[in-house]
Amino acid sequence: MSDLNKLTIAEARDKLRAGDISSVELTGACLSAADAAKELNAVVHPTPDLAMEQAKQADDRLKSGYAPDMCGIPLGIKDLFCTQGVASQAASGILNGFKPEYESTVTTKLFDSGAVMIGKLNMDEFAMGSSNETSVYGNVVNPWRKADDDTALTPGGSSGGSSAAVAADICLGATGTDTGGSIRQPAAFTGITGLKPTYGRVSRWGIVAFASSLDQAGPMAKSVRDCAIMLKAMSGHDPKDSTSAEFDVPDFEAMLTGDIKGQTIGIPKEYRMDGMPDEIEALWAKGREMLEDAGAKIVDISLPHTKYALPAYYVIAPAEASSNLARYDGVRYGHRAKLAQGDGITEMYEKTRAEGFGDEVKRRVMIGTYVLSAGFYDAYYNRARRVRALIKKDFDDAFDAGVDAILTPATPSSAFALGQEFDDPVQMYLNDVFTVTVNLAGLPGISVPAGLDGQGLPLGLQLIGKPWDEGGLMNVAQALEDRAGFISKPEKWW
Amino acid sequence: MSIDTETARRVAKLARIKVEDEDLPALAQDFNRILGFVEQLNEVDVDGVEPMTSVTPMRLKRREDVVTEGNQADKVLSNAPDAREGFFAVPKVVE
Repeated sequence: MSDLNKLTIAEARDKLRAGDISSVELTGACLSAADAAKELNAVVHPTPDLAMEQAKQADDRLKSGYAPDMCGIPLGIKDLFCTQGVASQAASGILNGFKPEYESTVTTKLFDSGAVMIGKLNMDEFAMGSSNETSVYGNVVNPWRKADDDTALTPGGSSGGSSAAVAADICLGATGTDTGGSIRQPAAFTGITGLKPTYGRVSRWGIVAFASSLDQAGPMAKSVRDCAIMLKAMSGHDPKDSTSAEFDVPDFEAMLTGDIKGQTIGIPKEYRMDGMPDEIEALWAKGREMLEDAGAKIVDISLPHTKYALPAYYVIAPAEASSNLARYDGVRYGHRAKLAQGDGITEMYEKTRAEGFGDEVKRRVMIGTYVLSAGFYDAYYNRARRVRALIKKDFDDAFDAGVDAILTPATPSSAFALGQEFDDPVQMYLNDVFTVTVNLAGLPGISVPAGLDGQGLPLGLQLIGKPWDEGGLMNVAQALEDRAGFISKPEKWW
Repeated sequence: MSIDTETARRVAKLARIKVEDEDLPALAQDFNRILGFVEQLNEVDVDGVEPMTSVTPMRLKRREDVVTEGNQADKVLSNAPDAREGFFAVPKVVE
């Protein structure tokens, strides 16, 4: 059977269980697709031998009777996840050569459920970036191009390898992580679906830390249903992560009825930004109509502190990063600089970190160091944490007033060209303007592909849900997906 | 608030990242742009608002103070750039 790599997770699961296909065939199709897509630079550490071994085991398990949903499904794993014996570098030079002796909780859960890893996927260095251009492996190229224009576009970031790999049918799904929008923005730029779960739903153990109070791993896949299937396999309490919640994991897929009659969807007026392209505005209005058509009640709401989310984020995230990234000192793993005669341990730290970190990572570590330094801690860090509390309260108030989910655009534009020079680092940060509030408030958010812009590039809508209500959120997303009918795929040029 | 090259030098030192002298002015300019963006936070009335410590209302759990996974020195050292006789090796720290 050809083109098995184009199946959704749900379709593949059903065919695997019915014995119509084997995981070995399916995995082989994905590995061939990966080999043929080297130009995209999405897979940075291919693991074909491991994949085939896992696929054989999955086939045995499938033959023996009951097998979990993810059994035999080929996935890509973001380079931020520690995978035992397989390079895990967070796309950074400072972790050059690092092969963990342990397996992250998320990959352990996925492998225990029978999933197959085809390789590690490219990303922005330490998940800091919105275009995948800060990677030590070089940028990923978006499989999508504008109509009649060969300009290479960004797949988004930081989970750009994940978004490109899923959009190009290299794997059926991929893990991503989202600190300010790193799952939802790349999903929107590549016409796929990406979910950031509630903070604490998915264990962070074994995922290279960027900003620990914001980081959350989630699924990136071809449909809402596939995200629901993957999230169930990734979630659950983990004693190794003290912030992981002790809640039972619901059967998210069973909650996807697509029936949202009587639900209340909020449209926050503060997300209507100055200079927002008309196409984004039109897409948002279309989303509103689609949910109305599904029987939801649409209400205008206000989230008054929205404009302060990005500035608060650019204090809190660098502060946490400067602390988390202090461990990269050339002692325990990764790169150590060559030292000159007479260099002591301080020179070793300084040279190692100067050589190992890229410019954006250095910038954020130093900003974080500054805002945490004596005399500035209160003015920057504590103030940002107070504003964060207000941002969360905005959402609490909206949900208390009866809103079930909130509809916004996912990104302020479609995928932009790679290689653009920004004089001002803040320009790149604006990519996360619609997504970053969700991380600060610890809420679940999902990006659903909802249409194409005038240049033929995908655009996404974001839905934001109540804490721990990923099931309800994905059900609204399902209603949107059903009506958007987004079936476009990038035309294969690679 | 404006960051000069001396402040940039001090921050780089605190962060233990070597920055060449000629790169300090550009770094200071980046800091100023980012901190200039962040200045907006001063417009917000935060009187009486507690700084957020945990985004979900939870108490951090405690665990028993017992060894869970011990006796793995080889694995701990397996990725070290320089390990000798069961230890991490670093340049001389004490004169």
